[in-house]
Amino acid sequence: MDQQFIIYKTVLALSIMLISLLVAMYSTLAERKLAAFFQDRLGPDRAGPFGLLQPLADGVKLFFKEEFMPASANKFLYILGPSITMLVALLTSAVIPWGDSLTINGQTYRVQVADVNIGILYVFAVVSVGVYGIMIGGWASNNKYALLGAIRAASQMISYELAMGLSIIAVIMMSGTLSLQEIVDQQKGFNWNVWYQPLGFIIFLICALAECNRAPFDLPECETELVGGYHTEYSSMKLGFYLFAEYINMFISAAIISALYFGGYHFPFEDSLGLSANMLTIVGMVVFFIKITFFGFVFMWIRWTLPRFRYDQLMGLGWKKLIPLAIFNMVITGLIVRLLN
Amino acid sequence: MKVYLFYFLCILALYSALMVVISRKPVHNVLYLTLAMFCIAGHYILLNAQFLAVVHIIVYAGAIMVLFLFTVMLLNLNNESEFRKPALVQLGAVVAGGLLMLTLVGVLKQTDMVMTTDPTTTQIGLVKNLGKVLYNDFLLPFEVSSILFLSAMVGAVLLGKKD
Amino acid sequence: MDNSNVQSLSGRSKVVSDKKLSFVERLYLPAIFKGMVITLKHLLKRKATIRYPETKREFSDIYRGRHVLKRDDQGRERCTACGLCAVACPAEAITMVAAERKAGEEHLYREEKYAEKYEINMLRCIFCGLCEEACPKESIFLTTEIVKSDFLRDRFIYGKDMLVEPIDKPIDISKRQTPAVLAFKKEKNRKHND
Repeated sequence: MDQQFIIYKTVLALSIMLISLLVAMYSTLAERKLAAFFQDRLGPDRAGPFGLLQPLADGVKLFFKEEFMPASANKFLYILGPSITMLVALLTSAVIPWGDSLTINGQTYRVQVADVNIGILYVFAVVSVGVYGIMIGGWASNNKYALLGAIRAASQMISYELAMGLSIIAVIMMSGTLSLQEIVDQQKGFNWNVWYQPLGFIIFLICALAECNRAPFDLPECETELVGGYHTEYSSMKLGFYLFAEYINMFISAAIISALYFGGYHFPFEDSLGLSANMLTIVGMVVFFIKITFFGFVFMWIRWTLPRFRYDQLMGLGWKKLIPLAIFNMVITGLIVRLLN
Repeated sequence: MKVYLFYFLCILALYSALMVVISRKPVHNVLYLTLAMFCIAGHYILLNAQFLAVVHIIVYAGAIMVLFLFTVMLLNLNNESEFRKPALVQLGAVVAGGLLMLTLVGVLKQTDMVMTTDPTTTQIGLVKNLGKVLYNDFLLPFEVSSILFLSAMVGAVLLGKKD
Repeated sequence: MDNSNVQSLSGRSKVVSDKKLSFVERLYLPAIFKGMVITLKHLLKRKATIRYPETKREFSDIYRGRHVLKRDDQGRERCTACGLCAVACPAEAITMVAAERKAGEEHLYREEKYAEKYEINMLRCIFCGLCEEACPKESIFLTTEIVKSDFLRDRFIYGKDMLVEPIDKPIDISKRQTPAVLAFKKEKNRKHND
């Protein structure tokens, strides 16, 4: 391991973390703006031109709010909850291939923090740990609404993880690898997985929405029933962590959807452009970000269109519709892969 | 570096495992158990078995422990509601635990503590190799265990159904 | 209850049925897609928001906003404190104290009697415009200005300092004082013109 390699990886990891945070900040603005646009309003436009400084104003507000802690809360776990949520949200970005390779000083580097050979499973493991942040936070608040929200979150996330995993298995069977890098590279050009896995894509999209606790699956924090859900007792930046983590999760989900089903940093006719390798990588990264932005938009679009599920409907959809469908999809994919080889 | 990590994980794993038994609060017990699971996953990574580590986290920490936590949180267990078990049961538990410890000590004494192959160089823990071993050499046990899971699933559905 | 012969007033009511959904309907995806198209259309629509301090909503010419007590062409107060506006006011928002004009005040007040105090409680006022209609002296008028918001209830009681129009900045009320209105006010069979 030479020094340049370590510096490169550190810079990459830090910049990805910062970009995730920045994207999360501006997702809050985008969410509010889009919500307004969908409802024929203008949205926040007072702080800076087009409201571009609104996230800063929100952040400052969150920092200066009173740090409130319920008297009977478990202090350590109360702080641990949002910390785990934030940590887990930032961990996932490590294995996502943000671009092809860059050549610096004659050495080639992947634009990826860690090319683990089980990349997709790593994402899956980290997501499954994300439940703890919510559950611990909800329980430690010592509030019945928070506890109910936490329990809803846990059962919802466990239920939808199953269907999500089954829909990913179909992709893994097709590509024959667990590495995200290789899955993306197999979709070079316009050879996107979504053409082969439309059903799997829809299942994955629905499950991703549920995993992010976003409408129409935002039962863990539904205001009408549970006050604020698991973060009822949280204020100031601890609340900010929960809210931020949700937007980072959304960003990462959009990235994983684009990587798994929409070719990641690959785009049609990339070889006929006649660009140098480094240039192509940078264009690829931009394309990847455009894809991520599009899916982020889709997430928000869905949120401001569809009403919230009822709890039994949520469980019914997860267990009785999505899991059988995902298994069906898996079996069909297996048969076709077997027949073609 | 690796050795320090190993010792750190060992101490953390032992501490959390002890706390599972010692701690009086049920939710803390479950959380300590989860921490122990993570430590074991860390050991797997040190042995270059990433697949095993990740699956360990997904299955144990991500699913089973969450369900444990779920149940314990809903039960609303308090220190006051804990009742003393009869002396005979306590004695039985001590005897059973002691026997288990004796067995473990005996087994550990018998075992040759030398590693036949260094897992960090053979890559036996990677998905491809693991899959080949699992589906060639251990196909029958694998299928038997899948039947076990299937029957457990059927049983769970039967139990969960309202008659 | 049989509602079949109840007529829909808006003409947009739909008869609700409990029919079994077909397979495609049970998929919900077409319906979801339809909903998404609707929201997308709204995304591109013109927005209803008016960015208030920069752009203001257009007011009607005869909008009934806050009141003004007019002066005549020589800058004398027209109000003679007859109290007709206070009598006409359905919300009882107007009070006044009359006073006699002293010698040497002819340039201030148009007639021998004037309002020493004249107050309108803007929280009570319903901006109906009956005071304006009742006024025989063409003194009180409603303007297109709105009553400013405030933190204290006291400050909503507008005295003469707020109501009488400044000498140097006459307020144009010609839109409200049309010839038709003038003619109406001069009608002899009306009580207030006696």
